[in-house]
Amino acid sequence: MKKLSRHTFRSNTLPSMAMVGPVTLWLAFFVAIPLVYVFIMSFCSIDESYNIVFKFTASNYERLFNPNYMQIYGTSILVAFLTTILCILIGYPFSFMIARTKWKHKALLYMMVIIPFWTNSLIRIYGWRTFLGTGGWLNHLLMTLNLTSEPIEFLFNKGATVLGMVYCLFPFMVLPLYTAIEKLDQNLLEASSDLGAKGHTTFRKVILPLTMSGVFSGSIMVFIPCLGYFFVSDILGGGNSDMIGNLIERQFQSGNNWPLGAALSIILILITLLLVKLYQKAGGDMDSLGV
Amino acid sequence: MISVSTEAEKKVIVEIKGVNKIYGSNHVVKDLDLTVYEGEFLTLLGSSGCGKTTTLRMVAGFEEPTSGSIRVEGEDIQNKEPFERDVNTVFQSYALFPHMTVYDNVAYGLKMKKVKKAEIKERVIHMLDLVQLGGFEKRYPSQLSGGQKQRVAIARALINRPKVLLLDEPLGALDLKLRKQMQLELKRLQRKLNITFIYVTHDQEEALTMSDRICIMNDGVLQQVGTPYEIYETPKTKFVATFIGETNLFEGSVIKKSGRKLHIAVEPGDFAVEDENENFNQGDMIAVSVRPERMLYSDTPVDGFNLIGTVKEQVYVGSVLKTIVILSNGNEIKIERLAGQELPTGGQVYLYWGNGDAKLIHTFDNVFAQAVENIVMQ
Repeated sequence: MKKLSRHTFRSNTLPSMAMVGPVTLWLAFFVAIPLVYVFIMSFCSIDESYNIVFKFTASNYERLFNPNYMQIYGTSILVAFLTTILCILIGYPFSFMIARTKWKHKALLYMMVIIPFWTNSLIRIYGWRTFLGTGGWLNHLLMTLNLTSEPIEFLFNKGATVLGMVYCLFPFMVLPLYTAIEKLDQNLLEASSDLGAKGHTTFRKVILPLTMSGVFSGSIMVFIPCLGYFFVSDILGGGNSDMIGNLIERQFQSGNNWPLGAALSIILILITLLLVKLYQKAGGDMDSLGV
Repeated sequence: MISVSTEAEKKVIVEIKGVNKIYGSNHVVKDLDLTVYEGEFLTLLGSSGCGKTTTLRMVAGFEEPTSGSIRVEGEDIQNKEPFERDVNTVFQSYALFPHMTVYDNVAYGLKMKKVKKAEIKERVIHMLDLVQLGGFEKRYPSQLSGGQKQRVAIARALINRPKVLLLDEPLGALDLKLRKQMQLELKRLQRKLNITFIYVTHDQEEALTMSDRICIMNDGVLQQVGTPYEIYETPKTKFVATFIGETNLFEGSVIKKSGRKLHIAVEPGDFAVEDENENFNQGDMIAVSVRPERMLYSDTPVDGFNLIGTVKEQVYVGSVLKTIVILSNGNEIKIERLAGQELPTGGQVYLYWGNGDAKLIHTFDNVFAQAVENIVMQ
């Protein structure tokens, strides 16, 4: 395989360069160089007036072990974990339904998941706030129906953050799941039934193992961005569910400590790489992450 | 060979009665009546879209008949799910579970029946030996060749000792040589295990090689059921005559009947044939089928025949000499004979055949259907 690709590269050097060249330049300028810059910055110091000084220090990394930060890492992992689980629980039956429906407009169902994402997610998250807030529609409705006398505080807790995360990241679970379920061979389900398996056994023994790759890639694609979606915990969590994303954001904004923010970012990147590595180890297909 | 036992002696295992299958405006299976006997190898033969696979899937339980009933050993299986039926299927695409080893694939059915582990092991090993795949237990389907996958699929179905094994074009994806070998092997397995096989194929040679009986379907309608010999030698419909093997078909009508002798006029001529069963009357529409190997020619007129044609070409195919003769209406007549005297191209010949070599087929139905169609068209 390797031999073959090297050979084709040689005999088509010019066309290959034309194809790969621009992409390489793009990746170099917009991915590699910024990453290197962040990496270098994470070892820099700041002076009294918060200017970045190119003086080597590891203190940014030492500060990451601050107990307050540790608690935030814990919250991040918890929220991301809950979000992923919920996305699987809702996303699996949902994807199964749209992938297996005999309805001729199934593309429409699929589009209904995608279309909301043509609107900025910040706006949509604010929408939730308008809906769930103490003066929001839901409370208004509950009070009109006399189900509650006082408005209920739905927002500003971990639950609200998880809700927002699930809402934002749901399509990233549905897309790989849909793909995995869609390509499941109908004959295999018939064969299982033919050999005496009832519906739930077929699900456990055939459908689930063969769509596990979709669950894996969906989980990766939900879990990782969840750690970084600071605006969701900002708007819906109201400081009660700070995550790594919020921490990083604060260093670059109000905290004005870019080197510390850079160190946190490097840690986030390392966690991400670790998860992807785990995914690969578990037999995950890298291509299905590239949606 | 023709079975000696009479129908009454044989035990009925599957009984399909008045079964119809309609998808929307598509009438796929029309009023199908079919009886399958225990231990026989029955083939459903027809071109694609003739309803043979749908019929098989209805027996398996993957499709529900729109009307009619299907019984297995006298029991109506209409309301039984596929997993409740004592029949197993070998799928055209094999449908092996890709995430399981050969062992687990074959053991699947027994595990579902909660058979004891030790017994499962013994039966799986035995079954794999039977399909000559001993030692392949730990392989995954992706590590097998097409033929090996096919054997696993057969083993996986047979291990459950089904009352009937349904096979949906199981050899369709194999190359010719392997297919021929698997045909014989399947036949051997079927005899050895004495399990009823219902086999779907579009390959007439395959059907003739393997089957005890062949059921020919066309456009959802059962055309004829019979032994390969009966099907080949006494086709009951024009479709069967042309579908199985090559034949020359003369269509016309009976213009005179004297005793058992029928005088038949066809477009490019006329001839007399013997009607052994006295099935025809004067005025009947008739198709006369003569196989290429039974067709004869002469350079002088033959008594009782008035069929004149010109030689278009002659080709040697090994030991056989194939000749194509064109009749005055443009129809081509195929003749096969052991290599012998050659004819000059363009020469005139008189066609004839021996007594009993022509098969007589009623075409009333076809003409009637065509008449109806014409009326509808107008």
